[in-house]
Amino acid sequence: MPGTTRFGRWSMLLWVLPAVLLLVLFVYYPVVENLRLSLYRWDAFSPREVFIGLDNYVALSRDPVFWSSLFNNVAYAVVSVVCQVFGGLVLAAALEELVRGRLKGLFRTVYFIPAVLSLTVTGLLFQFMYNPQIGLVNGFLDVVGLDALKHSWLGESATAIWSIIAMSQWQSIGYVMVLFIVAMQRIPRELYEAAYLDGASRVQAFRRITVPLVREMTLLATIITIAGAFLVMNEVWVMTAGGPNNSSHTLASWLYKSAFFNDQMGYAAAIAVVIFVITMAASIVQLFLNRGKAVQY
Amino acid sequence: MAGVVERVGNDRSPAGSVASAIGRTVAYILLIVLAVAIIYPMAWAVLNGFKSNLELFGDPWGLPTTWRWENFLKAWNLGVVRYLANSVIVTGASVVTTVLFSAMAAYALTRQRIPFAGPITVLLLGGMMLAPTVALIPLFRLLQALGIFDTYWALIILYTAFRIPFTVFLIRAYMITLSREMEDAAIVDGASRWQIFWLVIMPLSRPIIVSAALLQALFAWNEFVFALVFINSTDLKTLPVGLLAMQGRVLSDWPVLFAALTIASIPMILLFLAGQRQFIRGLSEGFGK
Repeated sequence: MPGTTRFGRWSMLLWVLPAVLLLVLFVYYPVVENLRLSLYRWDAFSPREVFIGLDNYVALSRDPVFWSSLFNNVAYAVVSVVCQVFGGLVLAAALEELVRGRLKGLFRTVYFIPAVLSLTVTGLLFQFMYNPQIGLVNGFLDVVGLDALKHSWLGESATAIWSIIAMSQWQSIGYVMVLFIVAMQRIPRELYEAAYLDGASRVQAFRRITVPLVREMTLLATIITIAGAFLVMNEVWVMTAGGPNNSSHTLASWLYKSAFFNDQMGYAAAIAVVIFVITMAASIVQLFLNRGKAVQY
Repeated sequence: MAGVVERVGNDRSPAGSVASAIGRTVAYILLIVLAVAIIYPMAWAVLNGFKSNLELFGDPWGLPTTWRWENFLKAWNLGVVRYLANSVIVTGASVVTTVLFSAMAAYALTRQRIPFAGPITVLLLGGMMLAPTVALIPLFRLLQALGIFDTYWALIILYTAFRIPFTVFLIRAYMITLSREMEDAAIVDGASRWQIFWLVIMPLSRPIIVSAALLQALFAWNEFVFALVFINSTDLKTLPVGLLAMQGRVLSDWPVLFAALTIASIPMILLFLAGQRQFIRGLSEGFGK
């Protein structure tokens, strides 16, 4: 019988070997190596490493772009939690409670579709939407008589990052909504029927039944959204490349620019350590809240 | 809206009052407004692909006067065909390797007695906590040292390595629940482990294998950071990076770019529409019980 002889047991290690090797070499080793590299100064063309202790971190603390990037990540996280987690929850409840049959499936599909698009595609599309002369956003403001609010959305320091964040909400709300729908479909219908018999309104049922019973998913979605917000890079690079005046950088895009444009590899590694600490903290919180569930980046 | 109002007050609804009917109508309107806000930019992008530059800039809200399919042909020949092929290769290969290696590991960890099962499980699942961005700089050197920088292998290997933890997590949770009966019958019939894996376990796990494959395809198709940093040759670029490069090349010809965006998005939208149920199962299994 397989699995009973000593050789049989040890030979099972071959089955996990490809996964373990790939993970150790391409995931664990680079993350550890990155910690070490953050203590050195080196660049791509003269790969000799000079040990400089914590100098990269000191430089980081004095770098205004680092702080504005961190702020942008925090803004990303806050807006995304409000719009995607809270908005997704309300949207899911509205769909589940109010819409029946094929129409429900249609709404769900429509809301989800942007989530399967590449961020490059949506980034380029919204770059055009935000275009000050011909973009739909300013065009819409003209039509509704709010032309005072028109901006060169991606061209001004004050609006660039917020415009990118807004695009991201458009793209991701349906994704979080679907997670909530799945959680809500596990709630027994009898709970609602009993509440409605007792004269409860839909809003009351939402607050007293739905919200408490999807609490686990709410926590999970919140943490996933926060962790994801600290990894944002694709849409920033596509829409503004961090500009104007480095105002719309996130930690990841500033890391990329520091490493491959400014050729400060050790400095970029230090930024990566900051991202590591933040995402790791989110994972650990998540681990304690939901033993055995997954966060996925 | 009459039908909507009528339905209020049946036994599954809250007390049928005028307020509830109004609330319901308002909610419906908001749902429809949101749906329009989501569809409109996408529809606009597709339509822009058929316009001439003059139409796009002169009347950005209007419909194209003639359907200029030649924009799509031009986009195709300007590089989309190359990027599309690269994306198909990298996505296809990484789906096969990720799902195969993850299923093998999950099988060993859930259906067999394996030494160090606990530590191996922690090692494999713990990888979910590590974000690709954090490994970027060391990987840049590692891939050069291994001689696979700027090759398909760089992306196939990284997409596999970084997605194994999540995929093992998905498949493992499913395999744990399978009953032993068919496996035991196969053992009595003298089947080898390899045969049991392919002929018993994999067919039984088919639903979650399909979900895992779809989620991996979505990830690999849209991945940007690795594809940006580890591929230099234009000939090897995948769609997310290739489209960005294309923007520079067709700078004055936006309709062609919109045509390219449309072509690039169609495969994933079709895959999602075809496998919606499996997609959603994978997402929900991955995030909660």
